Amino acid sequence: MSEETINMEGAVCAPPLTHNEQIVMGHGAGGRMSHRLIQQAFLPAFQNPALNAGDDAALVEPGLKQKLSISTDAHVVSPLFFPGGDIGKLAVCGTVNDVAMLGAKPLYLTAGFILEEGLSMDTLKQVIESMKQAADEAGVQIVAGDTKVVQKGKADGLYITTAGIGLIRDGVSVSGANAKVGDVVILSGTIGDHGIAVLGARGELGFQSSIQSDVAPLNHMIEAMLDASPNIHVLRDPTRGGLATTLNEIAAQSNIGVVLNEDSIPVHPEVNAACEMLGFDALYVANEGKLICFVPREDADKVLAAMKSTKYGEGAVIIGEVAEEPKGRVLLKTALGSTRVVDMLAGEMLPRIC
Amino acid sequence: MKYVTEYRDAALVKGVIEEIRRTVTRPWTLMEICGGQTHAIVRHGIDQLLPPQIELVHGPGCPVCVTPLELIDKALSIAARPDVIFCSYGDMLRVPGSNRDLFSVKAQGGDVRVVYSPLDAVNLAQQNPDKQVVFFAIGFETTAPPNVMSVLQAQRLGLKNFSILVSHVRVPPAMSAILSSPHNRVQGFLLAGHVNAVMGYWEYPPLVEKFKIPMVVTGFEPLDIVQGILKTVQLLEEGKVEVANAYQRAVTLEGLKPAQAAINKVFMECDRKWRGIGMIPMSGWCLRPEFDEFNAEKRFDVEAIQAEESPLCIAGEILQGLKKPHHCSAFGKQCTPENPLGATMVSSEGACAAYYRYGRMLTTEHTENAEI
Repeated sequence: MSEETINMEGAVCAPPLTHNEQIVMGHGAGGRMSHRLIQQAFLPAFQNPALNAGDDAALVEPGLKQKLSISTDAHVVSPLFFPGGDIGKLAVCGTVNDVAMLGAKPLYLTAGFILEEGLSMDTLKQVIESMKQAADEAGVQIVAGDTKVVQKGKADGLYITTAGIGLIRDGVSVSGANAKVGDVVILSGTIGDHGIAVLGARGELGFQSSIQSDVAPLNHMIEAMLDASPNIHVLRDPTRGGLATTLNEIAAQSNIGVVLNEDSIPVHPEVNAACEMLGFDALYVANEGKLICFVPREDADKVLAAMKSTKYGEGAVIIGEVAEEPKGRVLLKTALGSTRVVDMLAGEMLPRIC
Repeated sequence: MKYVTEYRDAALVKGVIEEIRRTVTRPWTLMEICGGQTHAIVRHGIDQLLPPQIELVHGPGCPVCVTPLELIDKALSIAARPDVIFCSYGDMLRVPGSNRDLFSVKAQGGDVRVVYSPLDAVNLAQQNPDKQVVFFAIGFETTAPPNVMSVLQAQRLGLKNFSILVSHVRVPPAMSAILSSPHNRVQGFLLAGHVNAVMGYWEYPPLVEKFKIPMVVTGFEPLDIVQGILKTVQLLEEGKVEVANAYQRAVTLEGLKPAQAAINKVFMECDRKWRGIGMIPMSGWCLRPEFDEFNAEKRFDVEAIQAEESPLCIAGEILQGLKKPHHCSAFGKQCTPENPLGATMVSSEGACAAYYRYGRMLTTEHTENAEI
């Protein structure tokens, strides 16, 4: 695919809309438009080896005994509270997980709060309490913070940005660029739960749903996995853009192909039903408490057993494997025995008309 | 999931495909009329499993794809007004008008909202009496019942701030146009089961009579689709020209009478431009004059907006089944779902988007320079 700016000579059936002129919602959806934004706006200005690596956290070596993993994540969600979680839990878990995905033990977080004038103090306290609980569970401390208040109408209640730092375990090398032929792909449980739970909480489903967000800190599961095998190549949490987008990122970073078995990808029946009714594909729906692991086949059973022994990995399964070809792409073997490409999310995930 | 998983049963689907293999003796070209079927076919890879004699071509049954450019421009003009809440089905937001799309209007401050049902838009009108709420009423016969119900509901509630921008299209006139083309190569039709669930299939025997080709009412799950294909191939091989129903769990000959009555009360047949195809006589539905007060084109004085389409995009030929998406030199290169040149790439039901999303671009990279 061409990444260049379109310059069609003469008239075309409709002018191409690159959305290069202004930010639209699709730039924040975690798919290809988000990637293009990073490549066109951020990377040229800030580029350095840690950033260019393109992982969810940066690996830095400031001359200490251990390498550090650093990450930051901004959290906006409407509504602030949803089944299974809230913006506070999300803000802690999101950064804990990103830091941990380099094979690190997350230690400290910072939190920046943008509060909208008029926000109820009770709401804020609930969010803070939820952050405390999530931080306790993850075993991290929130050691610094900042607060700003903006005028009524300038924010959606409350936005939280967190940053985190952790120590990367000695003897491991985990990155989206490390997937290799011979690896299997392990997924820690059902996909799409978070995205559908939030839609339900917005009242957009038009029907009752008992789906809970999967938002959770995954660092303890990662420790158990690395205890079982130091040979894990890739860890990543498939958040915005879903499983499909994250696997495409890894396939591109590692320059390998990924082949999935449709039958083996776990989807909660209610999530499946919601996706069918609304015209979504669960492969693209967000998760906040799942991870993908690429590990050599010979270590897969050990890692799988370690995952299953933890609270958030009970549903772990092997969903596919790495292939030599097609490089940079994800293929899906359908239940019917045919094969198709699974692409990255383009812009915003749009429901289908009928 | 009941009524879904059993129709995706791999063993059952393979059994029917075997039956198709046993039945077919020579090449046949079938068209699935509905974009939802195109998506299911490509998503499940059904076309890869069929015997090589059977070619599926994709019909113009994507309501997003065929919505004419000038109606999109009208929508953009209305949506940009500060007094308007503009409601649309999700996929329409990405369809480019002459120089922008609804995403752009939204980014510039327009109040554009995705709704799942037009009745959500009626609720918004009730909740926002100081705003004009406009629903972009696009679609085939399938979405017509909820769309007309929104008007009837708004009328019942006495709402003065609700209107719809109508771009409704109908399947039978489009099929007639395809079959009348001197370039037509379609020998059998899979009818759009969801359309037939509403309308029945009493409209089709005259078409079968006139054009002498078989048509089979077909559903949307893999098993439904292969059963529709099997029935069509059986009719073709036996030389039978008739309408058959392979989607009996959802479709009857007469369809949903109350829905048809509601449609007829609010809509009347009218000429309609199809994006990429052109004008097809009496192929659309428009609001009857007695519902003028709910007609957004009249309320916002956008009737004069006109737009010309470019001759370069081949979306029209794809919509008519004359070309496949990978025949387009822009496909997967300049034209991608997040950067669409044509409407067939935009909608998740559009043929190009289906090909793109489910990986037909792999073969395209080798054929991109092929003359179209």
